[in-house]
Amino acid sequence: MKILVCVSKTPDTTSKIAFTDGNTKFDENGVQWIINPYDEWYSLVRAIELKEKDPATIVHLVTVGGADTEPIIRKALALGGDEAIRINTDNSDSYYIAAQIAAIAKDGYDLVFTGKETIDYNGSSIGGMIAEMMDAPYISLATKFELNGTTATVTREIEGGEEIAEVALPAVVSCQKGVAEQRIPNMRGIMAARTKPLKVVEPVAADALTAIVSFEMPPAKAGVKLVSPDNVAELVKLLHEEAKAI
Amino acid sequence: MSVLIFVDQSEGHIKKASFEALTYGVKVAEQLGTTAEALVLGSVSDDLASLGKYGVKKVHQVNNASLNQLDAQVYAKVIAEAATQSGANVVVFSHNQTGKAVAARVAVRLKAGLVAGACALPDTGNGFVVRKTVFSGKAFANVSITSAVKVISLNPNSYTTIASEGTAEVNQLSIAVDTPKVKVTAVNKVSGEVPLTEAEIVVSGGRGLKGPENWGILLDLAKELGAATACSRPVGDAHWRPHHEHVGQTGVQVAPNLYIAIGISGAIQHLAGVNRSKVIVVINKDPEAPFFKAADYGIVGDAFEVVPKLTEEIKKLKAK
Ligand SMILES: Cc1cc2nc3c(=O)[nH]c(=O)nc-3n(C[C@H](O)[C@H](O)[C@H](O)COP(=O)(O)OP(=O)(O)OC[C@H]3O[C@@H](n4cnc5c(N)ncnc54)[C@H](O)[C@@H]3O)c2cc1C
Repeated sequence: MKILVCVSKTPDTTSKIAFTDGNTKFDENGVQWIINPYDEWYSLVRAIELKEKDPATIVHLVTVGGADTEPIIRKALALGGDEAIRINTDNSDSYYIAAQIAAIAKDGYDLVFTGKETIDYNGSSIGGMIAEMMDAPYISLATKFELNGTTATVTREIEGGEEIAEVALPAVVSCQKGVAEQRIPNMRGIMAARTKPLKVVEPVAADALTAIVSFEMPPAKAGVKLVSPDNVAELVKLLHEEAKAI
Repeated sequence: MSVLIFVDQSEGHIKKASFEALTYGVKVAEQLGTTAEALVLGSVSDDLASLGKYGVKKVHQVNNASLNQLDAQVYAKVIAEAATQSGANVVVFSHNQTGKAVAARVAVRLKAGLVAGACALPDTGNGFVVRKTVFSGKAFANVSITSAVKVISLNPNSYTTIASEGTAEVNQLSIAVDTPKVKVTAVNKVSGEVPLTEAEIVVSGGRGLKGPENWGILLDLAKELGAATACSRPVGDAHWRPHHEHVGQTGVQVAPNLYIAIGISGAIQHLAGVNRSKVIVVINKDPEAPFFKAADYGIVGDAFEVVPKLTEEIKKLKAK
C-alpha cells in the first residue's frame, strides 16, 4: 500500500489577516505558519495509523511550494511518514497545483489523502482535480476511513447526515474531523524527521487558469446593541422588526 | 454560449442551495447577454418544469438510476458532456457537499478555471472576476478566470433566491453513464433536524452550557425557531454534541440569516466559521467576551435564565 498525503502551509489560525501592495498580496509580516490543520490532524495521522497497522505501507508527503515550506514539511515528517516531496513552485492556481500533485500521484500510489480544504483559500478543490487527472474515484469530506485490501470503506458527510460508501482503489479522499485524532510530535519523531529524505522536484508544464486580482476585508460591524437580561422581549422585538431575522 | 446550472437533488427533492445557484446562474447569463439552462441528474419527484420560476428556460435531465447516488467521477463526466452539448461557457454549482465533490472534476474535464466558494456575481466589465471568501470568511479575494470556460461554485446562503412566474421546458438528455466505482452502502440522516449548512437560523452552544445534560434549553429554542443546532469545537471534542455540529475555522462554515451564540467566548477560530452570518446574537455572562465585538445584538447574562425566556418570547411572537 502506497499512500500520498498532500500537505500545505497555512497561516496560523490566530494570524492577523491583512494585505499589502495595494491589497494584492497577503501580508506575511509577523505571520506564524502551520501545517494546514485538516492535513495535519486528519489525513496525515490516518496515513500514519494505517502504516502502524501494516508496516509494509509506504507513506509519502507531498507539498507544492517554495523553500519556505520546508520547516512545515519537517514538522509533518516529525509526526510520521517515510519521505517528503516538495514541488518547487509558488503558483497558487488550483488547476496548476493539482496537475503537479497528479504527476506524482500517478506513480503507483494506491491512495491520495488531502485535507477537506486549506484554511486560507478554502477551495476544497485540489482533491477532486487530482482525482480527475488520475481518472480515479474521489470521496470528499470523509469522516471515517477503513482499508480492506483493494477497496476502502469511507464515511462521508452529506447534507444533514452521513453516507457510507465502498470505493475501489486507487482513490483520492479528502479528510476532515472524525478520520483521526490530532497527535503531538514527540522528541523521537522530531529527531527522525531531520534525516528523512526531502526530495525537491521541479514542476511539470501545466496551465494556470485563475489568478487573484485583489483582496478585500469585509465591512466592519456597526457595533453590538446590548439588551438587558430582564428585557428579553426587547431582543425579540428588535430581531423581528429591525433585523427582520425572525 | 450559455450558462449551465447544476441542480442538486437528494432522494428526489431539489436542494435549497440549488435554488440559489439557479437564481445566481440566471443573473450571470443576463449579464453575459445569454441564456441559462439547468441540469438535473437522476430521478426526481419534484416538478422540474417549475424550475422555470427561477428564470431558466430549459431543464435538462439525465434520468439514469446510477445517478441517484453520488460518484463524483461518474457525475463529472456526465455534467461535462452536458455542458459541451449545450455549448455552456459558464457552469454554476452550489459549493455544498455535492459541489465540493464534483465541481473541481468538471473544471478539469472542461479545462476551465474554477472559483470555489463564490459569494457575489462576477465582474464581467473587464475580463471575468469572481469574488470568493478566503481565510475562512475573514476576507474576500477577487479571482480572475482566464480560461474560455468557467466554473463557479456558489457558497450556500450567500445569494438570495428570487422566484417569479415561469415554466421551463424539460428535455431528456441521453448521455452514457459509466458504472460507478463508489458504492453507497448506507445513508444515515439525522431525521427531523434542519441541515446546518442549509439553515436560515442557527442556534449554537459553547462550553458555557457546562455539560451535555444542559442542552435542552438550547434545543427548545432551536425547535421554536425552526433552527439548526451547532456548537463550538471543545463541545464537539468533548462529545457533548455530535462532531458534525462543530462550526468554525476547522469545522463547518455557516452563513445563516441569524446566528445565536450561547455561552461561546468568540475565539478567532470560532468567528471565522460564523462571521458571514447576516445577524449575530450573543448571549454570554461575561461582558468582556470577544464575541460581543462581532455581534449585532447581545445580552450580558446567564444563559440558563436568558435562553428559556427567549424561547417564551418567541412563542408569544409566533402566537400573534
Ligand atoms: C488551530 C485551532 C483551530 C480551532 N478551530 C476552532 C473551530 O473551528 N471552532 C471553534 O469553536 N473553536 C476552534 N478552536 C478553539 C478556540 O480557540 C476556542 O478554544 C473555542 O472556540 C472556545 O469554545 P467556547 O467558546 O465554547 O469555550 P470557552 O472559550 O470556554 O467559552 C465559554 C464561554 O461561555 C461563557 N459562559 C460561561 N457560563 C455561562 C453562562 N452560565 N451563561 C452564559 N455564558 C456563560 C463564558 O463567559 C465564556 O465566554 C480552534 C483552536 C485552534 C488552536
